[in-house]
Amino acid sequence: MMGATLIEKIIRRNVHDDNVKAGDIVFVKPDRVMIHDIFIPFVADKFHEMGFKKVWDPDKVVIIYDHMVPSSQVDDTRHFRSGDAFAKEQGIEHIHRADGVCHQLMPELRYATPGDVVFGTDSHTVTYGGVGAFSTGIGYTEMAGILGTGELWIKVPETIRVNVNGKLPQGVTSKDVILTIIGDLTAAGATYKSMEFSGDTFDAMSVSERLTMANMTIEAGAKCGLFYADEKTAEFSGVPCDEAHGCFKDEGDGDYVQVLNYKAEDFVPVAACPSQVDKIRPISELKDIKIDQVFIGSCTNGRLEDLRAAAEILKGKHVAPYVKLIITPASRSIYIKAVQEGLMKIFNDAGAIIMNPGCGLCCGRSGGILTDGETVVATNNRNFLGRMGTNKVNIYLASPVTAAHSAVKGYVTNG
Amino acid sequence: MPEAVIDIQRNKFMTDGMEFRMGKVFKYGKDVDTDQIIASQYLLYPTIDEMKVHTFESLDSEFIKNVAPGDYIVADENFGCGSSREQAPAVLKALGIKAVLAKSFARIFYRNSINLGVPVIVCSDIYDHVNTGDEIELNMDEGYVMLNGVKYNCTKVPPYMKEILDQGGLLASLEKI
Repeated sequence: MMGATLIEKIIRRNVHDDNVKAGDIVFVKPDRVMIHDIFIPFVADKFHEMGFKKVWDPDKVVIIYDHMVPSSQVDDTRHFRSGDAFAKEQGIEHIHRADGVCHQLMPELRYATPGDVVFGTDSHTVTYGGVGAFSTGIGYTEMAGILGTGELWIKVPETIRVNVNGKLPQGVTSKDVILTIIGDLTAAGATYKSMEFSGDTFDAMSVSERLTMANMTIEAGAKCGLFYADEKTAEFSGVPCDEAHGCFKDEGDGDYVQVLNYKAEDFVPVAACPSQVDKIRPISELKDIKIDQVFIGSCTNGRLEDLRAAAEILKGKHVAPYVKLIITPASRSIYIKAVQEGLMKIFNDAGAIIMNPGCGLCCGRSGGILTDGETVVATNNRNFLGRMGTNKVNIYLASPVTAAHSAVKGYVTNG
Repeated sequence: MPEAVIDIQRNKFMTDGMEFRMGKVFKYGKDVDTDQIIASQYLLYPTIDEMKVHTFESLDSEFIKNVAPGDYIVADENFGCGSSREQAPAVLKALGIKAVLAKSFARIFYRNSINLGVPVIVCSDIYDHVNTGDEIELNMDEGYVMLNGVKYNCTKVPPYMKEILDQGGLLASLEKI
């Protein structure tokens, strides 16, 4: 008998039906939903417009302010007032007003745990695949529908299996791995599909490294990017590691529409070049690209390990005279740990600009907006035209290691 | 110019007070992302009408000067990739775009469009034959598009989604229940 893909296992658990398979349309009951500051007024309006009175389960709703914290334009605070009013009206207690990026907080605060089904009003909701949850982005109208009904129809996606085995070379990070895979698949290569990661390279990765990869699967169009939860995940999420808690065994016997096989030793440091996320080049081929700014942060690479990796390179050094280095920890708890470990002193001594936890520059609303002809090396997930300023800004997406080296040298480099 | 007989736009929002006619095409390439459709800095404008004048701003500054209700977007693969912003189909709807015909769509954009009542039609054949400024006519029920008297096949919209589109989106269809 054919086995099951990870997405099939997760959805079967949610709908209590062991026959569910790719292609089926099912109604799932979300274990958690997340709404962020940009869309909360729209969700609240739609919810009322649809005639709903009460949210189906306030405990399953998380509201996070992150894209607009602190406000940068006159009308921004309207969104906070709207969120606060909706939370009060509906008795929603999980509301974070300045604690960090939603996609860091959801797994960190254990709102999203292995085997869960989670929807969010943001495309990078796929991040929680890093802890073995099925999570994906939806629009605000559908979110309002879930708040009123407690369910959503979805088509169970087909699966692309990505096998990576071996040990990554020194200086190569999980960011380089996922960028390379996106380059191979292209920006549309996994559209509507689940990506499922397997192999001892991923077994050796930390939960943070897996979250980085899951975060970017949407850039290949994927509906979700899933890692099998293991002992590390279970500890991170505070659950026992068994099937009842979403720790499924990787049996490798699912019906996959595509299988990609890699040797870890073959990966090299890479960047996504302007202005397509699948325009991947090895850093070694990028010569004489002078930069104006470096951004280390975001739900992709603003975690403690990322800051440690950057600090190791920046220790005792200073950024190039013409480079602005912006550091944005992904959450409040990462921020304080970075202080305790002395990372912030290293960044400060290196001349970095240290920002508050949040989305910061990644969503192009504040904290380092650039203009025509300027170039930035950034650790986030998108280099779309106009993402961080005008449509003539050049954005190179890379790992925190490449970003830190580039900040010191003043041009794109990995050492 | 042949007399256009269009019987397919039952989508209330798109057609109320709008003259039936051939629509002109704006043609774009692959991987048109939602930031290009409507950039982040405009998402906080209080109304879609204030946002819509910035549609495709970074991609094509001529678009907003030339677009008229009843026009079409034709695109290559993966139209609407990127963020989950529902404002992307919302500005297209507010501008009166009759339909988006693309070789393929990103999934969140596709769902959002159907929910808002914006026809998104998978159409591979026409792309290589059409240019910006050409006039076309879509027959959504029969699943084809006419260009210079030639018929190009499109994928028919699944019945459940067609029903939502016919009623002008998810909200309107819920109101009917």
